[in-house]
Amino acid sequence: MGAIVFPKKKKRNSISYAKWGYIFIAPFFIVYAIFSLYPLLTTFYYSFFEHYRVGLTQVGPNFVGFDNYNALLTGADLLKYAGNTAIIWLAGFIPQILISLLLAVWFTDLRLRLRATSFFKTVIYMPNLIMAAAFSMLIWTLFSDNGPVNQVLAASGNQPIRFLASITGTRGLIALINFLMWFGNTTIMLMAGVMGIDSTLFEAAEIDGASSWQIFTKITIPLLRPILVYVLMTSMIGGIQMFDVPQIFTNGTGNPARTSMTLIMYLNKHLYSKNYGLAGALSVILFIITAIISFFVYRSLTAESRERKKAQKGI
Amino acid sequence: MASKKKTSNERVILNLQRTFCYLVLLFLTVLCLFSFYMLIINATRAHPDIMKGFTLLPGKSLITNWKNLMANQNLPVLQGIGNSFFISACSALLSTYFSALAAFGIHAYNFKFRNAAFTFILLIMMVPSQVSTLGLIRLMGQWNLLDTFVPLILPSIASASVFFFMKQYLESMLPIEIVESARMDGASEFRTFNSIVLPIMKPALAVQAIFSFVNAWNNYFLPSLIITSKEKKTLPILIAQLRSADFLKFDLGQVYMLIAVAIIPVLLMYLLLSRYIVRGITLGSVKG
Repeated sequence: MGAIVFPKKKKRNSISYAKWGYIFIAPFFIVYAIFSLYPLLTTFYYSFFEHYRVGLTQVGPNFVGFDNYNALLTGADLLKYAGNTAIIWLAGFIPQILISLLLAVWFTDLRLRLRATSFFKTVIYMPNLIMAAAFSMLIWTLFSDNGPVNQVLAASGNQPIRFLASITGTRGLIALINFLMWFGNTTIMLMAGVMGIDSTLFEAAEIDGASSWQIFTKITIPLLRPILVYVLMTSMIGGIQMFDVPQIFTNGTGNPARTSMTLIMYLNKHLYSKNYGLAGALSVILFIITAIISFFVYRSLTAESRERKKAQKGI
Repeated sequence: MASKKKTSNERVILNLQRTFCYLVLLFLTVLCLFSFYMLIINATRAHPDIMKGFTLLPGKSLITNWKNLMANQNLPVLQGIGNSFFISACSALLSTYFSALAAFGIHAYNFKFRNAAFTFILLIMMVPSQVSTLGLIRLMGQWNLLDTFVPLILPSIASASVFFFMKQYLESMLPIEIVESARMDGASEFRTFNSIVLPIMKPALAVQAIFSFVNAWNNYFLPSLIITSKEKKTLPILIAQLRSADFLKFDLGQVYMLIAVAIIPVLLMYLLLSRYIVRGITLGSVKG
C-alpha cells in the first residue's frame, strides 16, 4: 500500500543519507501541507470576506476587513456559546480530575494493594473508545421523557423528570457523558505519573510517620504537577472542541434555549449554512485560543525537562 | 503487646479503607457499564415491550429488530457499516505506515531541517482539525472531491500524534546499529525500513492502528460536512439522522439496534485487545 518505488542509484564511496530523511518525511509533510496547512491559511483568508447565502442568492465574496470578527466579538452569541462550552467542560472536568486522582493514588498504593485493578482499568477506559455520537444518542434515549430511566422512576412511584427540557438536566447529562468518556483515560495518565515518582520518597515519608493525606498533599500532588498541568491543558483543548456529544444530544439545536450550544456547534452551523465569512472568523478565533493554551502546555513541559536536567546535573 | 494492638487496629482501618475503595470502584463500574447493559437489553426487545417499561432481562426480538433495521429504506445501515469500515481501515493503514516512515526518517537520519521538522510536528499536534475545516471544504469543492471518501482518508497520512508515538517507540526500541548493519549487507534504505524496522515496530503499529481505526470509526464532524449522498453515509451520520427523525414515530427496537451496531464492533475489539490498548495509552502522550 502506497509503497513508492524509487529508482536505485549507484552507491558512491562517501554517501550522505540525509536525502533519505527528506524522502521519508515527505509524504507526511506534503499531505499535511495540502489537507491542513493550506486549508488553515485559506481559512484565515476567507475570514476577511463577506460570503454567505440567503435563500438562492449568493452574497460576496467581498473584502470586508475585520467586519466578521467585529460581528462575532460584539454579538451576544459567541460569548454565550463560549460560556456554555466552559460550563459543560468544567462540570465534566472537575469530577473527572478528582476521581482520576483518587483512583490513580489507590491503584498505585502499596499498602492498599487493591486486587483486580487491571479489570477496573479496562472497564473505566472503555467508554473512551465508544463512538461519542452513539453514546450520546444512547444516553439521550435512556433519559428521554418515556425512556427507561423515567419508566423506572414511574414504576417506583416517583414523578417522571423531564431531564431534556431543563438546562441543568441537558448540560448535566452532556457533562456526565464527557466525564464517563474521559476519566478512565485521565486515571491511566495520572497512574503513570504516580508510578514515575521515586518510591523511596513514599517509604521515607511513611517511616517518618506521615499520614496518607500528608503524603498525598506534600509529595504526590507537587510531583504530579507537570502531568496535572498537561492533563488540564489537553482537556481544555478537548473541551473547546466539544461537538459530537452536544450536537447529537440536542439534535444540533443546543436547546433548551441554546444553553447547550458549544463553540464548535456554532462553527458547524455556519459551515453547514455556507456562511463562510463568519465560519472563517470563528475558526481563527478558536485557533488563537488553542494556540495560547498550547503555548502554556509547551512551556510547562519544557520547564519540566529543564528542571529534570538541572536535578540530574546536581547529582 | 501495645504494638500488637496497634497493628491489629491498623489492619482494621486498612480493611475499612479497602472496602471503601472497592465500593467506589464498584459504583464507577456500574456507572460505566449500566447504559451499555440497558442498550443490549433493549436491542433485544420489541417496540411495544420497550414502551411498557424497563426490565433487566433480554427479550426475544433481537433478530426481528435486526431484520427491521436492515429493511428500513431510510437508513442504509449495511452500506453504512461498509463505508465506516472501509474509511477506518484505510485510515489505520495509511496513518500507521506513513507516520512510522516519517518517525524513522527523523529518528535515523541526520539532515539539516531535522529538528525543525520535529518541532513543527509537535506544534501541529495541538492544532484542532476543526479550525481548518472551512478551507478543506472549499478546497475539496474546487477539486470536485466533496461527497467522496478522499478528504476522510488521505489526511490520515499526516497524523501528528501517531508520529509522536512512533518516534517515542523508535527511540526506546531501535538501536541505530541495526540500520547500519542492514546497510552494510547492501539493503536499500526502503528495504531496511520495510523489512527490518517495520517488524520491530509491530507492537507500536498494532496499538496505533487500533486507535486510528477507532478515531475514524467514531468521527462525525468532518464526514457530516463532506458526505451528502445516501449511499456514502457513515454510521455516525446515520445516528445523527436517526436523532433528527421524528422519534416518537420510530420503532425503538431499531433505534437501540442501530446504536448497538455502531458500538459493538469497537467494544468487541477492545475486549479482545484491552491489555495492549491500556498499556499503549500513556506511551504516546507524555514523555515520562
